[in-house]
Amino acid sequence: MVWAQIVQYCLSGITVGSVYAIVAIGFNIIYNTTGIINFAQGEFLILGAMTAVSLAQVMPLWPAIACAVVLTTIVGGLVELLFIRPVRQASPLRLIVVTIGVSILMREGMLHVWDEKVRALPYFTGSGVSTVRVLGAHVSPQVLWVLGVCAAIVAGLTLFFRCTLTGRAMRACADDRMAARLCGVNDRRMVALSFMLSAGIGALAGCVVSPITQTQYDMGAPLAIKGFTVAILGGLGNSAGAVAAGLLLGLLEVFAMSQLPVAYKEAVAIVVLLLVLVFRPTGLFVRRESASLRTA
Amino acid sequence: MRSLRTYAPLLALPAVAVGLHGVLAAEGDIARMTQLIMSAYYALVVIGLCLLMGYAGQASLGHAGFFALGGYVSAAMTTCNLLPWRQTTAVRLCEIAGLLIERKDPFGMPLLSFSPWAAFATAMLVCGAVAFVIGVPVIRLRGHYLAMATLGFGLIVYRIVLAAAVFGQADGISNVPPFELLPGLRIGGSRAWRVENYYIAWGAVMAAMLLAINLINSRVGLALRSIHESEEAAHSLGVDTYRYKLAVFVFSALLAGAGGVLLTHYNGSISPSEASVMKSVRYVAIVAAGGMANLWGALGMGMVLNYLSLRGQFGRYDEAVFGLILIAMMLFAPQGLLRPVDWSVVRRLLAGRARNG
Repeated sequence: MVWAQIVQYCLSGITVGSVYAIVAIGFNIIYNTTGIINFAQGEFLILGAMTAVSLAQVMPLWPAIACAVVLTTIVGGLVELLFIRPVRQASPLRLIVVTIGVSILMREGMLHVWDEKVRALPYFTGSGVSTVRVLGAHVSPQVLWVLGVCAAIVAGLTLFFRCTLTGRAMRACADDRMAARLCGVNDRRMVALSFMLSAGIGALAGCVVSPITQTQYDMGAPLAIKGFTVAILGGLGNSAGAVAAGLLLGLLEVFAMSQLPVAYKEAVAIVVLLLVLVFRPTGLFVRRESASLRTA
Repeated sequence: MRSLRTYAPLLALPAVAVGLHGVLAAEGDIARMTQLIMSAYYALVVIGLCLLMGYAGQASLGHAGFFALGGYVSAAMTTCNLLPWRQTTAVRLCEIAGLLIERKDPFGMPLLSFSPWAAFATAMLVCGAVAFVIGVPVIRLRGHYLAMATLGFGLIVYRIVLAAAVFGQADGISNVPPFELLPGLRIGGSRAWRVENYYIAWGAVMAAMLLAINLINSRVGLALRSIHESEEAAHSLGVDTYRYKLAVFVFSALLAGAGGVLLTHYNGSISPSEASVMKSVRYVAIVAAGGMANLWGALGMGMVLNYLSLRGQFGRYDEAVFGLILIAMMLFAPQGLLRPVDWSVVRRLLAGRARNG
């Protein structure tokens, strides 16, 4: 492989990887406050992108994306309010089943609203053919947009969780819901907020990546699987780990793709998932002892 | 006395089968039997999944994978052509052992392939072996992890089936020959055999139910329930939870594979959609609708929902219906449809709405 080719592969690996990382962080936010894995996480990305595509026809690009993110955030809140909150005796099995049901409903809803055509947002700057030179490789400016927005999301979330009262309250819920409640944190509101937050960042990531990967109503499930792989790989609930694992999986996928038949593209992530689940279900970046303390 | 109560419903199954036959005959619509037969084979998966989810409390989102595995192995073995390799020792040995049959393909060309019995046995072996190999590491996982791991397995099967030339890629495998159980009695889609096939399918369901009922009323069943209630407690009382869970996982995979083999021979073809995740989710929805730990509920729901779906009653909303069933079951009737609806949830929802509004 030539140098420029390697850079090219690396950049595209980092691009898809950063989207996986955002999906994984979406998983983590909800998992931390509720202990639920939200199987509908991938659908939030698609919903955001689809809404933005439709809105972009009646308004400029940026307001369209903003509206799409807000709408998806509201949908995220509604999902929690209507489907998650009323479940009693909430065992993992039951909540898994509910979120799977939600993902099917969202997917089918999108199919009926937007049909099965592949859509895409326009490129944010330039067009599909314009390129930027990075380290000797040619990449679309959209790649830089994706990287920038994903980095901004991660930075923003970090600030939110560290520095704002609400963010701290959410972290308190994650640590110990009962204790947080005793300190006067409205834990139910935090759960709803976590769903809204992960829907919102999902929608934003879905919009930025839409010009490159394009968007179809049924692309949510594969995204969710990869996001989950990344979340597990980085250690469930650990967002810094998710970023590292996301980039790792993205690079792995791109380099595997250059050697394997295209048909097995999806299989790479799943094999990684199975391997991690079997050998290191606590993630790559957590020491075994501390992991066993956490789950005990 | 107890055995009578346990097995009596099983004796009601033939009555149901004959009764349905009577109703269809009276309506002059025997063609609907086709969908009932297909539902019956799908019900085999549901029975196995019900044991795993309802009784052992382990979620699997990959059972369509086992179903497809069984169907595809059988289809590939009964449609392959070994004539060019007839002189090789391996093929000759198979021929001497009576594993091969010669027949003509639909275009009249001679074909030497495995007999359906040999294919069935191999499919069962493959399903059992794969379930065991997957199960050994995966069954240790719990909750979300187990669900995702089985989902991953299902996706891999789907991808392999879609990509491998042996399995016909996106087209699947067609022209699968009928499965001759006894001379003159075969599983196949021809109209002339429809009534026989209808009773064969019910026979398969009865056999699966008999096995399942025996299992849950044995020591294994007790162990499974104790695992479902509290795995730690069961473990501390000396129940080898891991072994039991693994055994049920393999057993349910075998049932799913058997369903796949039989349906493939009945339809004469199999396509990748049988391996799709949506199918797995559908089986989970049916078990949930039947009330999780309720074999009869699962069987009933499996027959009714699959029949309605195959008849196209849900139209364009086919998948959405199953999604809705999943959510509605968990919210309003966690014990299944056959028990009273939990109105307190509805009341609570309404009260919440009133308070907010």
